Amino acid sequence: MLFFSYFKELVGKEVTVELKNDLAITGTLHSVDQYLNIKLENTRVVDEAKYPHMLSVKNCFIRGSVVRYVQLPPDGVDVEILHDATRREARGT
Amino acid sequence: MEFRKGSSLSISDSSKKEMASDTGLELLIEQTISVITNDGRNIVGVLKGFDQATNLILDESHERVYSTKAGVEQLVLGLYIIRGDNISVVGELDEELDSNLNLSSLRAHPLKPVGH
Repeated sequence: MLFFSYFKELVGKEVTVELKNDLAITGTLHSVDQYLNIKLENTRVVDEAKYPHMLSVKNCFIRGSVVRYVQLPPDGVDVEILHDATRREARGT
Repeated sequence: MEFRKGSSLSISDSSKKEMASDTGLELLIEQTISVITNDGRNIVGVLKGFDQATNLILDESHERVYSTKAGVEQLVLGLYIIRGDNISVVGELDEELDSNLNLSSLRAHPLKPVGH
C-alpha cells in the first residue's frame, strides 16, 4: 500500500512513464489505483518520430503491469518522509 | 464481479463508485479508444464495457498495422473482447486529432511486445 499512497501524493504532477515495450509517455498524473494502473492527461510520447502510434491520444490509462519506470519530478520525493513510511510499513504498524 | 456498462452502472457502495469514477474507464464508455496490447498491436474501437481486470469489450474495432514499408493498414475486426492480461495502454482517441492524421503516409516500426 505504500507505493499506492505515494503515487496518490504525486497526482497533478508531471511524470514520465516508461513501459516494458520501451514506449515512454509524459503527462500529468491524473490518478492511480490499487493495481498501480496510472491515468495520465495531456500526454505526449517521448520520441514521437519513432512512436507515432499515439499521436491522437491525449489522455490515457496505463496498465500497472506494463510499467517499467516512473520518472518523477525532482521535488516529487521527500526522502525523510519516505524513509519513515518505509520503516513503519516494515514494522507492520 | 460484473461488467460495467455505460447505461446500467450498478454499484451500490457509493465510496466504491467514487473510487471507480476516479480511476476506472467509465468516462471512456461509448467513446472511441485506442488500445495497445502486450504483443504490440494497436486496436481502435468503441468501448462498450470493461471490468476490474481491464478486460475490454470493443465494438466496430479495427487494427492499425504499422510498417516501415507502407502506410498504416487498417484491418476490420468488428466486435472484440480483449483480455486484460494482454493490455498495455488504453488511450482516449481525440477524433479531431485523429481525422487530421494522414494514416496512409504514416510509417513506423510496429511497437515492440512487452518483454519480461
